[in-house]
Amino acid sequence: MAPVVQIKDIHKIYESGEIPVHAVRGVSLDIHKGEFVALMGASGSGKSTLMNMLGCLDRPTKGTYKLDGIDVSDLDKNELADIRNQKLGFVFQGFNLLARTTALENVELPMLYGRHRRLSAGQIRERAMHCLEIVGLANRADHMPNQLSGGQQQRVAIARGLVNEPQVLLADEPTGNLDSRTSIEVMGVFQQLNDQGISIVMVTHELDIAHYCKRNLILRDGVVVRDEAVPNRSIASNELGKLKSAEAAAKLIANPVN
Amino acid sequence: MRFTTIFRVALRALRRNTMRSILTALGIIIGIGAVITIVSMGNGAKARVEAQVAALGQNIITVYPGSFSSGGTRGGFGSAPTLTVEDAEAIAAEVEDIDGVSPEVRDRNQVLANGLNWSTNINGESPDYPYIKNWNIVQGAMFTDQDVKSLAKVAVIGKTVVDQLFPNEDPIGQTLRIRNLPFRVVGVLDVKGFSLFGSDQDDVVIIPYTSHMRRVSRRSNISSILVQGKTSDKLDVVKSRIEDLLNQRRKGREPDFTVRTQEEIAATATETSKTMTLLLGGIAVVSLVVGGIGVMNIMLVSVTERTREIGIRLAIGAHDRDVLLQFLIEAILLTVLGGILGILCGIGASEFASAYFGLPTLISPTSVLLAVAVSTVIGVFFGYYPARKAAQLDPIDALRYE
Ligand SMILES: Nc1ncnc2c1ncn2[C@@H]1O[C@H](COP(=O)(O)OP(=O)(O)OP(=O)(O)O)[C@@H](O)[C@H]1O
Ligand SMILES: [Mg+2]
Repeated sequence: MAPVVQIKDIHKIYESGEIPVHAVRGVSLDIHKGEFVALMGASGSGKSTLMNMLGCLDRPTKGTYKLDGIDVSDLDKNELADIRNQKLGFVFQGFNLLARTTALENVELPMLYGRHRRLSAGQIRERAMHCLEIVGLANRADHMPNQLSGGQQQRVAIARGLVNEPQVLLADEPTGNLDSRTSIEVMGVFQQLNDQGISIVMVTHELDIAHYCKRNLILRDGVVVRDEAVPNRSIASNELGKLKSAEAAAKLIANPVN
Repeated sequence: MRFTTIFRVALRALRRNTMRSILTALGIIIGIGAVITIVSMGNGAKARVEAQVAALGQNIITVYPGSFSSGGTRGGFGSAPTLTVEDAEAIAAEVEDIDGVSPEVRDRNQVLANGLNWSTNINGESPDYPYIKNWNIVQGAMFTDQDVKSLAKVAVIGKTVVDQLFPNEDPIGQTLRIRNLPFRVVGVLDVKGFSLFGSDQDDVVIIPYTSHMRRVSRRSNISSILVQGKTSDKLDVVKSRIEDLLNQRRKGREPDFTVRTQEEIAATATETSKTMTLLLGGIAVVSLVVGGIGVMNIMLVSVTERTREIGIRLAIGAHDRDVLLQFLIEAILLTVLGGILGILCGIGASEFASAYFGLPTLISPTSVLLAVAVSTVIGVFFGYYPARKAAQLDPIDALRYE
């Protein structure tokens, strides 16, 4: 089967500053349906730049990108918007939820644009609610982002990324601001989605988080320096179980002291 | 995005900054309010002028002495004492399609009665006068042709004169003295109010023109000639017939008279109020433009403030058209709501003006519809640029915006 994401010798040069920054220098990559990729690398190595190009938010300076067989470099602004809306889900580095808008409405947003605009308000609501359930936030549907914790906001952002049933979910440091327990919870959601066949590409700095993925890519100075499968990857539900018993044990020990 | 959704989003954005929205709309509120008030006052004034013009009588032609077109220095109307009773008689005898003629002799004089005195207008007229001026006699009757022939000392008086000289009695049959000559009051005129030019039309004593010329003013010329035309469509024809006749009578001398129809006189009167309305309307338009610029300014601020929001919407799949509409509708909503408030304020101000200052006002539905249309156009015009700016943002740049 053809890969969902197929990039060939992709480059990105930022011309905005005084000296041009060559942020991505020839990356070629195939990602198939059902893959779960972690993108790692030092700060400034070009991870976000690559993710933005994968997410059709930014155009490569050079190279080709075929998403689901479509060459996206030929598409205009609005066609790219439709691609982002229908084939991709994007979880941004800093959540990027609409302020003063409830969690539910944030999740509904992608359905208000693109082909789903034909759905009735009730159907849209129902589908958004379903996605909030997937990330375990149904009980926070009418909360505003500033009434949610960082991890909850991140999960709302994931629900928003899911709502149009994308082929690829792209997440830039989805666990960057979260404690380890919440991180594992988010990875649990990802693994669950991945099991349902959604391809996922995520950026992370943390090795143990990358260990939940099926494939690890390491980027250095805009080139892929390592690309390997993860042997016996961590399973979030198991790790969460372990964490719980460890916490319980800690409490058992700590309690007599108090 | 669906239209209703865009509408809801725009409304919510405005509500989020209620105070700012109100202040922004204030320019439009004031502008539209001013337009509504001015137009309603203009309409009211026009209606009043029209009523006054109608009260002047209909299809009247007036012949004034003096002329615009005599060469050299030119006096105003009436500067040359050139009209005679014979001119008036000739018009009455020879011009077709007329219904009445009154030679007018005008003067101001002291009038005495009952030991009271009052300075008033003494007008010499023919018995046709009340008919020509469309002016009823409410008590007694007009003097007759016989009175004119016999230089009778009879008078028909206006309401103001009645109030001043006969405050507590029936004026009919009473005597008033002009230049020490006793005149018998035979009739009282209906109340007419102020003229187009602001004078009290009821402050008048009307006597036969012959009596006026021989006994009171002792002059041989008349002040003007009032002619009643039969129908309005023949008025211009009648006017030129009168001009031809008078020229003929002057045997090739330069014309020393001016003939004017009622319409021409009324046009001058309405002209002033029209100019006033135009001027104030101009000011209102300026304030609307200023208000529109205020809307544009705030929309630009709003677009900048919400760059991230725009970035999120674009990243998630909004087309440029969706963003454009969102901000455009926000601007239109702002101006239309401002417009509606402005209409309400304008109606309030007009009501206030007519209630407390006695200014006539008339709110026309057209001006209300026009105000709504104008505020929509302002919204589109001044909202388009900021909205287009928002729509042209690049999603990645907008997301990175701090
Ligand atoms: N808009 C831009 N204009 C100019 N240079 C940029 C721009 N965005 C990124 N860069 C440069 O491109 C390089 C790669 O940046 P990028 O954001 O992709 O790094 P990253 O791997 O995501 O880093 P981090 O882990 O800190 O998020 C950096 O050197 C950065 O300075
Ligand atoms: Mg980054």
